[in-house]
Amino acid sequence: MAKTTADPKPAPPLTGDRRRTWKDVKDPSESPRPGVPEGLWQKCPTCEATTYRKQVEDNLSVCTECDHHYRVGADTRVSQLVDPGSFEPLWDNLSPMDPLKFVDRITYKERYEKAQKQTGHNDALLAGKAFIKGRGVVIAIMNTDFMMASMGSVVGEKITRAIELATDLDRPMIILCAGGGARMQEATLAVSQMIKTSAALARHGDAGGLYISVLTDPTTGGTAASFAMLGDVILAEHKAMIGFTGARVIANTVRQELPEGFQTAEFLLEKGFVDRVVHRKDLRSEIAIIIDYAGK
Amino acid sequence: MPQASDAYTGTFELEFERPLLALERQISELEAQADPNQSAVGLDPKLDFTADLKKLRQSHTAMLKKIYKGLGAWNTVQVSRHPNRPQTVDYINAFVKNFTELHGDRFYGDDPAIIAGFGRIGPHKCCIIGHHKGKNVKEKIACHFGCAHPEGYRKALRVMKLAEKFGLPVVTLVDTPGAYPGIGSEERGQAEAIAVNLREMSRLKVPIVSVVIGEGGSGGAIGIGVADRLAMLQYSWYSVISPEGCAAILWKIANPENNAKAADAMKVRAQDNLKLGTIDDVIPEPMGSAYRYRQQMYDTLEKYIIERLRELKRFKKPENLVAKRYQRLRKLGQISG
Ligand SMILES: [Zn+2]
Repeated sequence: MAKTTADPKPAPPLTGDRRRTWKDVKDPSESPRPGVPEGLWQKCPTCEATTYRKQVEDNLSVCTECDHHYRVGADTRVSQLVDPGSFEPLWDNLSPMDPLKFVDRITYKERYEKAQKQTGHNDALLAGKAFIKGRGVVIAIMNTDFMMASMGSVVGEKITRAIELATDLDRPMIILCAGGGARMQEATLAVSQMIKTSAALARHGDAGGLYISVLTDPTTGGTAASFAMLGDVILAEHKAMIGFTGARVIANTVRQELPEGFQTAEFLLEKGFVDRVVHRKDLRSEIAIIIDYAGK
Repeated sequence: MPQASDAYTGTFELEFERPLLALERQISELEAQADPNQSAVGLDPKLDFTADLKKLRQSHTAMLKKIYKGLGAWNTVQVSRHPNRPQTVDYINAFVKNFTELHGDRFYGDDPAIIAGFGRIGPHKCCIIGHHKGKNVKEKIACHFGCAHPEGYRKALRVMKLAEKFGLPVVTLVDTPGAYPGIGSEERGQAEAIAVNLREMSRLKVPIVSVVIGEGGSGGAIGIGVADRLAMLQYSWYSVISPEGCAAILWKIANPENNAKAADAMKVRAQDNLKLGTIDDVIPEPMGSAYRYRQQMYDTLEKYIIERLRELKRFKKPENLVAKRYQRLRKLGQISG
């Protein structure tokens, strides 16, 4: 495969030196792995193959050479996952508030308004009714294009409403999980969404409802430690980063080398916390099969 | 259970309390001189310290009030971490009768960062669960300064299920900087353990009262903090991440100045959380915080728990209790539209 001449400087290799290794570890949830970049041609971050952008997009944004799964925004997810034209979005009017009047380098309000302009959405989650291979579902999709799919009050509220709707309609609930967890700018209001969504899932489960959780890259923090890990069946996309604490914080704390493939979907499969690691092209059929066994 | 040692005798000082502590030293020196049993030179009848002592004590009270009345968010975090601040074991020793500790999660091990067991508080037989930060260096290292592993959260849930089976209410005391960030904790499913506790506590068929007694660090805190009533002690903190963690991410570096900014921005204090609706009650601390007047703090917290459990026992049908709890959890959050 053709390689570009100007390779970026490779990351320094991990060594056994305890004083140094932690510095080499990047936190994947902090520096977002980019989606398919703009331009006709692009280089895959995994295999470094130069591929035609259109071709990768037609391949569900998966590298045609090595199966690297690029991150995709919620709108693209909808088009990839549900039956064409079947998605009925709900509660799109819900918008964040800034009850803490949070300011770091810029205000929270400026942050979310910027993301709203960029994405055309009010917050980091799409929810609604849809069909997947003809099976009726309620679906919620976290949007990594919006403040890295962090969870504030709006995300939590929409997920909770979606779960309650699934319970009422007696339909399977599907959540495509992503993001770095609870949104710092909403502090305990964000933490509380972990509780609220988990409580709604308890009721959905008590009513006999099916919940399929799909973990995509990256699923960490408060998102992982609530609805993401509560699926009756938990699917994870190939090589997705999944964990509670970011790898860099862990490396900083324990001051030792992290195991090979730490916090990848495959790692969680091996440790027993994921049912199936799936290729994006199989997601629709995997969900449909599970619904046929466990859905109503 | 680790035996609580006596009050802290170390030399730790909160920086913003230095003038206050200087005054306290003056007072105790004078008291010693005025006391014939303590004075090295014996009591000189010509000297009467009463007036001086009275004046010093007055200015001490005034200064204490002034400092603690407007205690900022970052100073509150510092108070919540004071080495003499009462921990779960201190409260258990102070007012839990017949505490019978239960160990282990039945899957992997026994996490010393979580203490759980049967006990009686006032007239109420219950299960008590709390974070353990450690009273000395050895303990602190063993329980990772109150940062629990998955097996800690699973032990907590096991004991809560016992409480449910035998119709005992659950009392949890939250005091953690956060769930432990390690390799083993990730391998054994830290996220799953916390998530399952959130789900199961939301539908536990017995009353749950939770109190943040020191630090309420995010998922690690709510992993035992889903309740019918969630309260915070006046000088405890509760947030999505520690101020240091927030400063490191949003201000790129954690230093005292940025930590203070982060603590302010995240509204970590009890009264702020009450305004946001994320907690139900603020439990007042003695003047100058719990570490100064420990017995007073024990009495206040004991009374609070007894009263709340009494209220919650009015729910005769567990399904009504659980429905009411869901209503409470359902309201969490603030949105527009
Ligand atoms: Zn590739």
